[in-house]
Amino acid sequence: MATFLDLKNISKRFGGVQALTDVDLTLEAGEVHCLVGENGSGKSTLIKIISGVQPPEAGGVINIEGRSYTHLNPVESTRSGIQVIYQDLSLFPNLTVAENIAVGQHLGGFHPVDWAAIRKIAETAMARINVHLDLDAKVEDLSIANRQLVAICRAMAADAKLVIMDEPTASLTRHEVDALLSLVRELKKKNICIVFVSHRLDEVLEVAERVTVLRDGKKVGTYAAKDVNDKKLAMLMTGKEFSYDLKETDLSNRKTVLSVKNLSRKGDYKNVNFDLREGEILGITGLLGSGRTELALSLFGMNPPDEGEIKLDGKTLALKSNREAIDNGIAYVSEDRLTLGLVLEQPIAANAIVTILDKLKGALGLIPLGARESTVERWVKDLSIKVSNTGNAVKTLSGGNQQRVVLAKWMATNPRVLILDSPTVGVDILAKDGIYEIVRGLAQKGVAVIMISDEIPEVLYHSHRILVMRQGRLTGEFEPHKSSEDQIRVAVNA
Amino acid sequence: MHDLFQRLKRRHEFWLASVIAVLVVYLSIATQGFLTLQNLFDLLTSYAFLGILAAGLLVVLISGGIDISFTATASIAQYITMLLANKYGLDWFSVFAIAIIVGLVLGAINAVLIDRLQISSIIVSIATLNIFYGLLVFVTGGKYIYSLPSWFGKGIYWFEYVDAEEISYGLNLQILALFVMFTITWLLLNRTNIGRQIYALGGNREAAQRLGFNVFRLNILVYCYMGLTAGVASLIQAQLAQSVAPTVLVGKELDVLAAVVLGGASLAGGVGTVLGTILGLALLAIMQNGLILIGVSSYWSQFFVGLVILLSVSATALSARRKRKGNLIE
Repeated sequence: MATFLDLKNISKRFGGVQALTDVDLTLEAGEVHCLVGENGSGKSTLIKIISGVQPPEAGGVINIEGRSYTHLNPVESTRSGIQVIYQDLSLFPNLTVAENIAVGQHLGGFHPVDWAAIRKIAETAMARINVHLDLDAKVEDLSIANRQLVAICRAMAADAKLVIMDEPTASLTRHEVDALLSLVRELKKKNICIVFVSHRLDEVLEVAERVTVLRDGKKVGTYAAKDVNDKKLAMLMTGKEFSYDLKETDLSNRKTVLSVKNLSRKGDYKNVNFDLREGEILGITGLLGSGRTELALSLFGMNPPDEGEIKLDGKTLALKSNREAIDNGIAYVSEDRLTLGLVLEQPIAANAIVTILDKLKGALGLIPLGARESTVERWVKDLSIKVSNTGNAVKTLSGGNQQRVVLAKWMATNPRVLILDSPTVGVDILAKDGIYEIVRGLAQKGVAVIMISDEIPEVLYHSHRILVMRQGRLTGEFEPHKSSEDQIRVAVNA
Repeated sequence: MHDLFQRLKRRHEFWLASVIAVLVVYLSIATQGFLTLQNLFDLLTSYAFLGILAAGLLVVLISGGIDISFTATASIAQYITMLLANKYGLDWFSVFAIAIIVGLVLGAINAVLIDRLQISSIIVSIATLNIFYGLLVFVTGGKYIYSLPSWFGKGIYWFEYVDAEEISYGLNLQILALFVMFTITWLLLNRTNIGRQIYALGGNREAAQRLGFNVFRLNILVYCYMGLTAGVASLIQAQLAQSVAPTVLVGKELDVLAAVVLGGASLAGGVGTVLGTILGLALLAIMQNGLILIGVSSYWSQFFVGLVILLSVSATALSARRKRKGNLIE
């Protein structure tokens, strides 16, 4: 294999912050290379240096196919065959597929547009990697997966020899990820080097040959993909060992909190039965569209079932709204609620009590400051949120702590049942660990938790029991200490 | 055939043209004077001013910006040009050159403020509208210029044709300028890389920057083009009015905006076509003209224009929402 890109002693400072320190990186033609690291580890800075958006500090050397540079600019980088596909894809939604793919034709000084050439370039690029899209469709009308194909075709049209993909799988379903990975194998055959920047490790390890780990701006090392697994990578990325053991937890003496019998809703799910005990963490996994979120919304009163019954503490519930669900002690935290459910400019205290303003309300509908303070303080302490002052804006907190504030907000309603839908999407390993810890703590206090996730390790290592949902039905039940990831994966994809 | 209709159905221009066709048929039956060569000729001549400005504003909207200072720009351009023409004689070429240069300079001021200070274009252009206009009224004392050079007053009249009732038609300065400016705008937007860069900029600004498009240069070009159209429009308006009044143009900017938005351009940027703008202008002109012909007080015309804009943007928003839903199900 020939070396395409060789970086030596790359450092970068932003003001007082050392973003990268003496990083070396070699990329071979035709290899699939993963670049992994926590938020702030220097991944994006390194990409910016390779794409010429930022120059490295003096002393760094960038070799591209034998040519040496001290720094690149975007034009040189593109001309050398380097293409970055950002997470947002950088497409033009208002333009057609053809024009997006051949948009490089519009660069340069004032000149006429050759529409025939643009179609030709787009057709050629699509043919090279065996993609079929309507050239005249507007990109805004395409699915996310197809938009990604357009972005990859654009890289092809620019004669890419190195394609860097930033979090390419973040918003794709499992099926679409598989399609993307087979496309990556196709690119590899054409001797193109592909760099994946990702934090969903299990997926990228399927196709990668080598993995480079960054931590705090330094390179931890480059490893052959077959020598590492996601557990080891997590250790390398964080410098911290995460061992979650699969031990049996006996909850048979705890009383049943939630009982779901023969629950059905046309088009969403059918004949769902399960019990949930006090202090239990029940993992529900399944593909996107398997009905898991619809089921959760029904339990939260937002998607009324057609048939069956939901019992809470033995009483039958007929929830008509989420307000009723909250009043009955059911809380639901959706994926985007956890990441977007905060008013970032507002103080931590105000965010934490927003769900219980009615309960705190005193005379004249005003909220007594004392009650507010004590409620906030209790949750800050219980969830070990690291704050200097609860009057500070939420945006001053780290991502992990922001998520704790969201949980605090829902815990303030004193739920009996807490439903978490994809609680760790887009969160890095350390913050994930913090969330798991909180969830365990809540369960120990007697809260019954339902954790919905499509990450199998997440449900396997952090629940007491796992239900698999497929095409609207519960098709499998697993006990962690008697199961493996593969067993569950087979059940999910069956 | 069915396929063609499916494609057409999704285009804003198709619906606009249908509405215009219905209006034209109705007005031809309901009124005497609507579908006559003379009325068509008069409409083109009197709406050329708005049309030329609409072409400029279309380019600004596509880039994701907005400009409402162009009527003040036009007022300054025509005042300076006519002062100089009265003093030094001049000819057609030089008056257009002067008006265009004034437009370009004032457009560049807008562009630099918007790009360098990163202030939203609506705020900048509200400010510059007031500054430009205030300065003009202060310096001129609001005085009209009534006497224009006689060659200018006579204008241009090609291919003249006089009918039996001794009414003459022909290609006059207004109609000529309107066609030239629409053609140039169409060529710019559809046949040059810079035009496509303007669409790209309006569609996804950050992506345009990452790709290496020079956003500052594009902004300069877009707002200067707006200035250029204001310069051209100002002269054909002065020629038609046979006078220059510093206070009559300001206030027309919302009519221009109405025509462009009716034509399907989006204030969010990236969307809009020359054909749409022509149709939007035509709809505006036919409505205003038609209401007068069927004897509705001209005070009502504004009411109807507002109503039609509201209906038009609601229809666009609804179909966009339906499209999004369709995508979800897919």
